[in-house]
Amino acid sequence: MAEVSQDSGSHKKGGKRRSKKLPTRIDFTPMVDLGFLLITFFMLATSLIKPQTMEITMPSDKKVEEEDKTVAKASQAVTLILGKNDKVFYYFGKTEGAQLIETNYAPNGLRKILLEKNYDVAKQVEDLKAEKVKTRMNEEIFQKKLSEIKANKNAPVVRIMATDDSNYKNLVDALDEMNICSISRYAIVDIDAPDLLLIKDKNI
Amino acid sequence: MTAMCDVAFLLLTFFMLTSNFTKKEPVLVATPSSISEIKIPETNIMTVLVDPTGKVYFGIDGQDKRKQLIEKMADLYKVTLTQDEIKRYSLIDLFGNPMYAMKKFLNLAPDIRDLPQNNLGIPADSTNNEFKQWVKSAHEVNPDLRIAIKADEKTPFPVIKKVMKSLQELDENRYNLITKLETAPGK
Repeated sequence: MAEVSQDSGSHKKGGKRRSKKLPTRIDFTPMVDLGFLLITFFMLATSLIKPQTMEITMPSDKKVEEEDKTVAKASQAVTLILGKNDKVFYYFGKTEGAQLIETNYAPNGLRKILLEKNYDVAKQVEDLKAEKVKTRMNEEIFQKKLSEIKANKNAPVVRIMATDDSNYKNLVDALDEMNICSISRYAIVDIDAPDLLLIKDKNI
Repeated sequence: MTAMCDVAFLLLTFFMLTSNFTKKEPVLVATPSSISEIKIPETNIMTVLVDPTGKVYFGIDGQDKRKQLIEKMADLYKVTLTQDEIKRYSLIDLFGNPMYAMKKFLNLAPDIRDLPQNNLGIPADSTNNEFKQWVKSAHEVNPDLRIAIKADEKTPFPVIKKVMKSLQELDENRYNLITKLETAPGK
């Protein structure tokens, strides 16, 4: 490779005789070396994978008028309490007289319970996803139908309470379960007095 | 040889054009995994980094914006910074220092700047909430900024609560939690 020839045109009719007609050979090896060096650098320095993100919307702390508040039915309410050592406790309905049940973040722990509670919605979402694959549904229509299903009035409302002994992973896991179980109504709330009593009782 | 050379330069061109450099982070955090598949946008991001010990780091993108931000903050906290220090700040992706230690931090050599003892964490307590002020000023400088929280798995919840509370007080109720990908069940 890499032969730069200066032959052409040197034998023109009547042209002067040039003294230097030797073909020049350029060694390209250093350039190739440099090329690979730069490739290595760029390969190591770039981040091709963009980080994933989970979008959350927190409730505003502005005072909400009494009539604007949505009151969840006791039968829909689920309260999760994230405790220490990756334990999670839950109860249904009202705080008064509630029994805390212990579970964990494994698929057959928290997820099973939430899916049972949210059975109707989860089933419809599953069907919709199957339909989407089958009929090659438009993404826009899919999203619209999805939000229609999720707006189900009877779907559970989940309150997530994290104790001071829980860590960030627990919180993200809990939020993730909400996504997996297609629960659209959930909120991270502070632990209030009645729940604090429950926690004290159980020594979480 | 010619073919190899061609391929090498083709790859080089590809990497040069597609690359966006990995940001240098003062601490290594292991983010928790989630099934969320939303990608984070590349520009207009305000990163809040929380390390396992609970130190808060903060950074925005865009050098011009950073300059405006630090000028604003220096003004608010009555810290006088030289042009040189402001320029130095604009080159730092993430930092974690209270304002009183800012001047000292900026005058450190770049290679020791990321050491844990040189990053005290931005105070976010209710008595001295500099973090809140940073977020507020950053939004004034660039209203399009989106907030991304990147925290370590083992970060205790009270620290996260502190950060979330500060954001809530500013009426910043939508933000992103950076996670790594986990395959959704049943796929």
